Parts: sequence; structure tokens; C-alpha cells
Amino acid sequence: MAASSKPGSPRPPPSSSSSMAQDLFNNFSFSKTLKLKTKQQELLIRVTVLTLIYILAFITRLFSVLRYESMIHEFDPYFNYRTTLYLTKNGFAEFWNWFDSESWYPLGRIIGGTLYPGLMLTAAALYWVLRFLRFAVHIREVCVLTAPFFASNTTLVAYFFGKEIWDSGAGIVAAALIAICPGYISRSVAGSYDNEGVAIFALLLTFYLFVKAVNTGSLAWALASAFGYFYMVSAWGGYVFIINLVPLYVLVLLVTGRYSLRLYVAYNCMYVVGMLLAMQIRFVGFQHVQSGEHMAAMGVFFLLQVFFFLDWVRHLLSDAKLFEAFLRITVTGAVSVGAIALGVGTASGYISPWTGRFYSLLDPTYAKDHIPIIASVSEHQPTAWSSFMFDFHILLILFPAGLYFCFKRLSDATIFIVMYGLTSMYFAGVMVRLILVATPAVCLISAIAVSATVKNLTRLVRSQSQAVQSGSSKGASTAKSSSKGVIDNSQPFQRNGAILLLLGAFYLLTRYAIHCTWVTSEAYSSPSIVLAARGAHGNRVIFDDYREAYFWLRQNTPPDAKVMSWWDYGYQITAMGNRTVIVDNNTWNNTHIATVGRAMSSYEDEAYEIMRSLDVDYVLVVFGGVTGYSSDDINKFLWMVRIGGGVFPVIKEPDYLVNGEYRVDKGAAPKMLNCLMYKLSYYRFGELTTEYGKPPGFDRARGVEIGNKDIKLEYLEEAFTTQNWIVRIYKVKPPKNRW
Amino acid sequence: MLRFALTLLLFTLAFGVLSSSPVFSDLILAKVDRRIDLTSQIVRITTSLKVENAGSNPISEILLSFPENQAKHLAYLTATLNEGKGKGKASSGAGLPTEVVIPKDVPDSLTFYSVSLHKGLGKGESLLLDVLAVFTHALEPFPEKISQADIQLLLFQDTAHFLSPYKVMVQSVAVKLPEARVESYTKLEGTKLSGSELKYSPFHNIPPFSYLPIIIHFENNQPFAVAEELVREIEISHWGNVQVTEHYNLFHGGAKNKGEFSRLDYQARPYVRGASAFRRLVARLPPRAHSVYYRDEIGNISTSSLWGDSKKVDVLQLSYFCSTELEIEPRYPLFGGWRTAFTIGYGLPLRDFLFESDGKRFLNFSFGSPINELVIDTLIVKVVLPEGSKDISASVPFPVKQWQETKFSHLDLVGRPVVVLEKNNVVPEHNEHFQVYYKFNSLSMLREPLMLIFGFFFLFVACIVYMHADLSISKSSASYLAKVQWEEVQATVQQIHNIISHCLTAHDKLEASLRDLSRTGDVQACKATRKSVDSLLKGVSKDLKPLVTFLQSSPQAAHILPKVEELIAKERDLQERLMAKHTTVVDCYEKKLGGREIENRIASNQQKITSLRQEVDDLMEFIDEI
Repeated sequence: MAASSKPGSPRPPPSSSSSMAQDLFNNFSFSKTLKLKTKQQELLIRVTVLTLIYILAFITRLFSVLRYESMIHEFDPYFNYRTTLYLTKNGFAEFWNWFDSESWYPLGRIIGGTLYPGLMLTAAALYWVLRFLRFAVHIREVCVLTAPFFASNTTLVAYFFGKEIWDSGAGIVAAALIAICPGYISRSVAGSYDNEGVAIFALLLTFYLFVKAVNTGSLAWALASAFGYFYMVSAWGGYVFIINLVPLYVLVLLVTGRYSLRLYVAYNCMYVVGMLLAMQIRFVGFQHVQSGEHMAAMGVFFLLQVFFFLDWVRHLLSDAKLFEAFLRITVTGAVSVGAIALGVGTASGYISPWTGRFYSLLDPTYAKDHIPIIASVSEHQPTAWSSFMFDFHILLILFPAGLYFCFKRLSDATIFIVMYGLTSMYFAGVMVRLILVATPAVCLISAIAVSATVKNLTRLVRSQSQAVQSGSSKGASTAKSSSKGVIDNSQPFQRNGAILLLLGAFYLLTRYAIHCTWVTSEAYSSPSIVLAARGAHGNRVIFDDYREAYFWLRQNTPPDAKVMSWWDYGYQITAMGNRTVIVDNNTWNNTHIATVGRAMSSYEDEAYEIMRSLDVDYVLVVFGGVTGYSSDDINKFLWMVRIGGGVFPVIKEPDYLVNGEYRVDKGAAPKMLNCLMYKLSYYRFGELTTEYGKPPGFDRARGVEIGNKDIKLEYLEEAFTTQNWIVRIYKVKPPKNRW
Repeated sequence: MLRFALTLLLFTLAFGVLSSSPVFSDLILAKVDRRIDLTSQIVRITTSLKVENAGSNPISEILLSFPENQAKHLAYLTATLNEGKGKGKASSGAGLPTEVVIPKDVPDSLTFYSVSLHKGLGKGESLLLDVLAVFTHALEPFPEKISQADIQLLLFQDTAHFLSPYKVMVQSVAVKLPEARVESYTKLEGTKLSGSELKYSPFHNIPPFSYLPIIIHFENNQPFAVAEELVREIEISHWGNVQVTEHYNLFHGGAKNKGEFSRLDYQARPYVRGASAFRRLVARLPPRAHSVYYRDEIGNISTSSLWGDSKKVDVLQLSYFCSTELEIEPRYPLFGGWRTAFTIGYGLPLRDFLFESDGKRFLNFSFGSPINELVIDTLIVKVVLPEGSKDISASVPFPVKQWQETKFSHLDLVGRPVVVLEKNNVVPEHNEHFQVYYKFNSLSMLREPLMLIFGFFFLFVACIVYMHADLSISKSSASYLAKVQWEEVQATVQQIHNIISHCLTAHDKLEASLRDLSRTGDVQACKATRKSVDSLLKGVSKDLKPLVTFLQSSPQAAHILPKVEELIAKERDLQERLMAKHTTVVDCYEKKLGGREIENRIASNQQKITSLRQEVDDLMEFIDEI
């Protein structure tokens, strides 16, 4: 629709239509005010194009609503939605002091102190504003549309950023590219109510304001960037990227001799005010002065002071030799004082060491060996080459070209975007989900490439055509001699070549637009709560089992029932099922998760003991054997074993494997065939024929006949199984009477 | 069971006392015909009475009595006079008014309703009266808990004798059961069970307040859908739509499910291993219902189908049958005791429901739920009237609790008045129409669009004001002055640019005239063009002078000035050369020289002109970008 018609060639509309309009005006011979009008036309066209991009960015993210419905997607967004609901119902103070007893039973969770409130406050503010303007919207709709709305705003920021580092043409191209870039869309479709939705906007805004501050040396811009940073801190843990990239950038500028007072003003103001503001977020607290991840920023801050001081001393001392001696002493002193402070801080425990997540970013293999709970999440895996291609498409090729242009016209701003691009590309390679962070940089740099190329080519085409025109004005006889003068210094077929290249560029951009639309509609719009498949006759089959189960829990279990499930489903159970869970997606307590993992991988009687000690009333497992849904608990089971085994050495991974192979059929390990997870997943499954021509008990997700068909449950009973068996809920029986 | 026995005992005691008391009135019930319908969860007892006045005084009211255990379940009671004596079935007109009364000298455990007759019943006269009593929750599951595979058995208890303060001459009872399977029933003399109908043979000469308990234990797998609470919101929009939103809070009121729920069993044989469960409900929506949706708190429920069965039009009852049928399926099958909650919404055309009379508008809408055979414990009907409605009143054919609220919806300033009607124990018989009267000025309809229009209008006005107003705080600060100066410089440069571009078009005109010359050889025309261009260019150079002087004086323009001056110089050069070329060519033509000759003469000039033109164009582009 609109998605495919416009974005492919974001650049041409201004140039082509402006020249057209010009012709028009020539014809009407408004000769007196002609040029002034063109200027205004250019502005008008730019504003129109930006508005269209703004709308496009919004509507292309509505595929999910059209395909499915206006609903919250996936896992974390359900928590965000639940907290937002709480915030709008009970007000800010209640929200800030909320102790949630519905999760992490029996520990509970202090919500206000363990979340980034930016997203919820943003959605609640939007909701309140709309209410104030007398639009009686439901908070769910606000939450669903928050991410697209912020994606639209991001395109504006990208425009201004592009304008700041290159020119307005590049800005428009950047806005168009980022509006439909799949890497960004994957986290910002309607319903994807997650921190990243607003955080990318905040990230880009902070960077833009900071670059603007560095370019102008204005205190106002630096202050604005500090507030941008504050918003980012309140919205997403990814703010650590900013607080490390910015100092790195400053350091690079210092090393390359680009130190200036502008930089000094920008960084100091941004760092000091930003840090103070960030401390207001309870979850972040004093980390800016206490955590190892934030020390780089502080080091650079002090380094800048030393630089400034030295500058001042040099200004006072006119003697170069004296200054050199002074320089040596000061630098040695400053560095050693810094090192000692850092050493003492770390040793005394005042400065905390780097966290596991940070380590796993620097060393991709770290999580695999040390923190299985991070490694178990699919979006923390190293990125495959294909997903780069999937998310960036032609930007992947344009990115190096853009880097070339940046290096050709090196300035403070382009250095920044180059560093942002390179570091974020590295991180994108380490973790799939960080492609998101790299997307704005890739879009901006690619936009520079596109804009610069197209500009050069069009200039070539236009100048040649003018020359030809003026040459031919003399008539056929004079053409030869006159054109010689101009074309002398250029290669033959240059014009044709330029036209060809232009067409090629437009073709590539068109392919990009088509690819983005396709990816958005096919891959990134699924809410993953509702599964859709194609039926035998090509009709669309909906598997709504998750909601069926959660709603059953909500309606037909006692309000204080505790539900045990693997942590993936924790947020959804509390949000949709409104029941207490043992563990959820917050994963703050590894031991607790390991306990659940241990219960799942133990024999039924041992598991019963654990469940009794956790007051569990219901156990929920996800099972894809009937429908062939592959991301079910049996396929996640090894991670439960690993995480459980990481804390409780009783659980050993080899017990569940046969010759290092994970299987569920007859050849499976005996412990595997009798552990709780296996029993709950396959209870009475042996009697069911899933596929024509296969024996009963044929598991379609793994394509094997199960090994243990005669499963008897002693301590649990089946309470509910959904229509397609995707979710199975078991009730934990009360202890037997002794009499 | 113990409870029944106890109540029975109490009754017998009470009646034992009463039977000795004097006869209540002179009325005699000559013939009583009772038909008890147990086919669904709602018990309907239809009684036709033949009332005779044996006394001397005319009587204007007839008492109906119900034992306590029935009275508390009584949801609906209506009595109609049956005048067509021969045909029997044709009940006439509306029901007679009934109300609760507490006569003297009667046991506390009985509840009396009095039916007032329009005209008194004189001595020796008789009349036929049809009484319909509808009970909810009168069927008790026994056993109370069943497993998934069991069938649902119910107990029903009533009296075989018609409980009445009057003497009954002849009486019969017929019980209609849903299925032929009956677990047990009280056997009296001449009791007959044929198929699914159970008949107690006529009783004669029953004294007042006679109570003969019967208990029937039978199978019933009908859906026991009970809405604990149903909130119906009917929102009127005078733009042509009535939006109905119904929030159901439903549970299965039959025997509770115990033990496991096995999907495997249910899937394999749903009507055997899940006979007592129900998986779908059918709602009969009013005709022309549109935009139907079906969802719950956590999202859309994708299992529902909608039929507009316009084919089923019956000539006699056109309006009733021409309706939309909506089949909804809850997320999961409902077993005994399981609950679910959902919301149905649909829009209806306003003209079908809103009428006008005596300067007042009134909404005529059905009271109950569109779902078939649904028992509603608490029904709350909210009628949301448009903002600005006045003189609101509601008229409902039966007693309800009533109050008013306000609701804030889109673009509301003071809120919309809401009429709330609440009634307990609602059965499908309550699906009668009720009316809400109000006054509303049609002009108020325009308020909300106007609000939007003005909102946007003021937004744009604010934008325009912001763009044009000078919002800087200090008018004398250096940066402000610099900005103002820079704007002036820009304007000047723009003017210069314009002038030069005029010159360039003039040049083009000259070139064009030369081309014409080479084609037509018309020297005079060419000269005329030359003259006009000359005068134009002269004027132009005059215009340029003050602009350049201004630029020279302005410090802001320092860095552009060289470029501008270069442009002007180049342009002048170009102009001169062009003139020279023109003169040469025209001369040549006048001298009638050959084409080659002309070309040779102007060749050197031509080359310079082209390159100069190129440079000027480049400069123009540069200046344009400032």
C-alpha cells in the first residue's frame, strides 16, 4: 500500500517535483518573485515529505493490528502493560511504592525499585493527555500504539540528526530509511509495548542533542541532551551504551587533537546534569558513581578537567619548556591518582565490578560458560549473518559506502556517527537483540551514502543537460565545437552512466522498500500469543491456546492460587491470568529459577516436595507435540536442567542425554522419561493420534513417537488442557490423609 | 434431602393448624390445570384456573399463593384472563396487575400475590384465568458434584395439589421433562409416565392449603448458563447509531465438576464425556445489527459466527423473526461451576428504536439479554443519553431499581446522563420493551464536531502566531541583532540572485533571436529584440547598485561578498561578449556572409561565452544555497 509506493525513492520527490514546479512557475512567468517561491516550495516539499514519512512510519507498524488485533505482544510487554494499568489506576505514588506479591512468590518484588519507569510514565502521560482532551480511549490502545508513535518521532529525530551531520537531504533519506527499517520495526510494531519502543527514540535524541551541543558549544543544547539522557535512563537499561559511547567519543576527539571549548561545555554539562538526573531513577540509583560500567564516563570527565587546566596553564606560561615539565607532572599525577582511586574503590567494594551482561557483551562466549540464564534467551545469541541481511537488507552494503563518505568529510559530527556505527555494529554481532541499537546508526550512515551519491549523480546529469542545451542553441553546425569545451575534461558516456547509476540506486531502494514491507507483514507482526498457521485448504487457522489457558486460570482457580511454570510465561500469567507466579521474566533471582528448574527436572515425588515447599497449587507447561509448535517446554527443557544444575548439583545434564544427544523417544534416558516435565507434557498423549499414518503418541514438534506412553500421575492431576494442547495445567493435589 | 424433609414437615405442621381455620373466601376453583415445564434450567409453571364465586358478594381480587422455597425463586409472574372459553388458548390482552399482599390469618411461610380483576366477579359468575410463574434456580443438582463423564441429574420438588387459599374441585398436573430418562419420582395414585411426560391424575375436592409434596429426579443436560451479573449499556448517538455493549459474567449453574478435566476424553467424545458442559451460546440480536464484536478482558475471542437470517421471515411475526443470530463460543467449554466473562457489542440503526412523541424523544428497547434461555441474577441496564438531554424518565413494565449517573465519553464536557435500571432474577420472559423519555435539542448534535473544528482551528492559529511573532526576549542583544542583520543580508542576496537570473533569461532571449535569424533571416526582428534586451539590462544594472552597496556595508555579508561580486563581474563580462557576438552575427547577416564565415568570426567568443555561462550558473547555485 502506502508502504511500498513511497519510501523506495525518498529523495527524488523533492528534486524532481521542485524542478517541475519551477517549470510551471516559469510558464506563468511570476518572474519577479520566482526564486523566493522556489525556496518556499523546497521547504513545503520537505515538510510534506517528512509528514508523509511520519505517517508511513506509523501505519507500517499497524500490520499486526490488521492481521491479528489490537493486543499486547510477547512476554515483557505484558508486564509493562500490567504496571501501566496499575499506574493509571492508582496514581504515581502508589506505583512508585508498589510491592507486588503476585510474582516471585514467596519473595515478592518491589516494582518501583526494579523497573525502568520511562515507558509506563510515557504511556500514562499520553493517556492522561488524551483523557484531558476528552478522548475516552482505553489504556490498552494507548499502550499498543505507543511504540509506533515513538517510531514516528524517531524519524523526525533521524531527520534532524542527518541534517546536523551531513545535510537536509541526508536527513530526509535517513528518516525514510529508519521509518521502515526491519531492524527497528521488529521492536516497535503496534502492540510491542516494550522499553525499546521509546528507548531508541530517547537514544537517538540524546545523541542528536549531544552532537548539536558539541557543534554549537551551546549550554542549552547540552542541557537538552542531559534531559534526553535522563529520559533514556528512565526508559531502558541500554543507557549504559550512551554513558560509554559518549566518553569514548570525547576521548577520541581528545586524542585526535580536536579538543575545543565546545566539547568541554557539551560533555561536562551533559555528564554532570545527566548523572544527577539519572540518580533519581531508583533502579539506577548511585550506579553512576559506584559501578564499574559507569567509570569510563567519570574518568573522561576528570580528564577533560585536566585538559582544560593544562590549556589554562599553557595560556599563563608562555615558556614551552616549563609547560612541558608541568604537563608531565600533571598527567602522571592525574593518571596515578585516578588509577589509585579506581583500585581502592574496587578493592573496598565501593565500586562494583562489571556485571555478567556487560561481560557477555565484551566477550560473546562468557555467558555460555558462566551464566546459562542469559545464554538461554534466544535473543541473546550471537547474530547470524542471515539476520543481518534480513534486518538491514541493502543498508548492509550502503553502510561501508557511508563510512567512506564520512571519512572523506571528517568533522566532529561525522566522527561521532562513525563511532556510533562501528561500536553498535560490533554489539549487534554479539547479540541479536542489539541489532536494534545499531539500526539508527546504520540508517544514518547509509542515508549519507545514498544522499551523497544521488546528489553527485544528479548534479552530473543536470549540468550536462544544461551544457548540451546551451551548446545546441547555436544550431546543429555549432554543436560540435561548443560542446567540446565542456566535455573535454569528462569521460565519454558519463551522463548515460550517471543516469544508469541513478536508476540502479532507485531500483535498490525500491527493493529495500518491498523487502521491508514484506518482512514487517510476514515476520514481525505476529504477537506470539496468538499463533496463526495455514490449514490444509490454505485457510488461516488461529491457535489461541495461550489466552484460553490464561483466561481459564483467571476465572476458575482461587484468587490466591500460585502457579508454577517456566519463567518465560511468568509475566503473561500474572497479566492475563491474574494469578501469583513463582518466577517470571524479570529473572532477578537465579536461585529461585533454579529451584523451579530443579522441580521440573526431578522425579514426581521429589518435585512434589519442592512444590509443597513453594505452596504451588497449579503447574503450567507449554507443549507443542500436537500442533508442531516448536518453542515449547520440552525444547527448552535442557536449559531448565542447566540452570537448575548450576545451583543444585543434584541435577546433572548428562542424566538427561543419551550419548550427548537429547531425545524423547524410546531411546531417551530413563531420568528424562520420568522427570516431571516429561510426564506433564506427555500425560495421556500416548493415547492420542496426532497424524494420519503415524502411531499414537507421535510428537509432531520433534517428529518422533514418544518413549513413555503410560504415564501415571500420583501427586498431580490434569486440571485443564487447551484445545490444541499447547498449554496444559495441572493441579497439585493436597497431601494425603494419614488416616 | 434432609432439608426437603424438614421443610415438608414444617408445611404439614402449618397446614395442620390452618385446616381447622375457617374458609378463606367464598371463591371456589372449579377446575385447575397445571403444566410444569422442566425442559430447561428455567422452570415454567402454567396454571389455568376456573374461578367461581360461590358467595354473595362480588369479588375483585384473587389470591395466588406460593410456598417459601418457591417464592424466593420466583422470577416472573403473570396472570391473564382467558375469555375465549371454547377455544381455551386465546389469552386476551395484557396481564392483570399482580402485587404482593400479606393477608391476615395465613402462615408466614406462604407468599401471596393478589390479582386484581378489572371488574368484580359477581355471585355465581365464573372466569378463566391463566397464570404463568417462572422460577430460576429451582432445580437442584443431585449429586451436587459430578465428574466429567457423568450426566447431570436434577431434583425438582413441588406440590401435587394446587396450593391455594381456596377450595379446589378438580385439579390435574402434567410435568414435561427434557428427556425420557427419569431417575425416580414420587409415585401417587394413578401417576403415569409416558415418554418424557409425567402425569398426575386428577385430584378432586382439595381443601384450601393442601400440600402434597412430589419430588422428581431426572436427567437434564441443557446448558445451565447463569449470568451472575450482566451489564447492558445502550448508548444513543443522534448521528444514527445505538451502540449496545453487554458485559457478561457467566457461570455454569448445574452440578459442579469434580476431579480431572481431560481434554483427550472431551475431544474424543464431547457429547458423552462432557455431556453436562456447554460450549456455545446463541444470541438473537435485533435486526440490522452491525459491527458485532465478542471479546473479553484479555482480547478478542476468535470463536464466534454471525448469521443474518433474513430468510426466516414469517409473514405474521415479521419483526420478531427478522433478526440476526450470533453464535458465541467461550474460550473453553464450561463445566459445572466453571465461570467465564466476556463482552458482546453491536451497533443498531437509531431509527428502529428511537421515536418521538409530544416533543419528547423516547427509546424503545428490550430489557433482557438476547441470549437464549439465560438466567440473569443481576441485570443492570444503563441507557446513555446524549450530552445535554433533559427531563429524563423511564418506564419499565415491571418494578426495577432506578437511578441516574453520568458517563464521560469522547469529547464530553459535563458528561452524558445515564439512566440505570437494576433488576434481580431476570428470565427471558422479561424481554419486554421499556422506554426512556428525554428531551434533546438537535442543535446540540453539532457541539462536538464544532469543538473539534475549533480545536484544530486554534491549533493552527497558534502555529501561525508562533511562526510570525517575534518571541525573542531581548531586542537589543548582540545575537538578536546579528540574526536580524543576517536575515536582511539573505534577503538582499536573494534579490541579487533574482536580478541576475532575469539577466540570464534575457541572454537566452538574445540567443533565441539569433537562432530565429539563422532560420528566417529576419534581421529587423532580431534588432528589435536586441533593443528591448538592451533597455532591460540597463535598468537591471541600476537596480543592482544599491544592493551591492548594502552588502559591502554589512559586516555579516563579508564572507559572501567576494562571491557576489565575482558573480556580477562574470555576468557583466558574459553580457558584453554576448552583445559583441550578437552585433557580429547581425552584421554578418546584413553583409550576407556565409554560415561558415560567421562561425569563424564568433568561434573564439562563443567558447568563452559557454564557459562563462557555466561559471555563472555554478555561482548562482552556490548563492542560492545560502
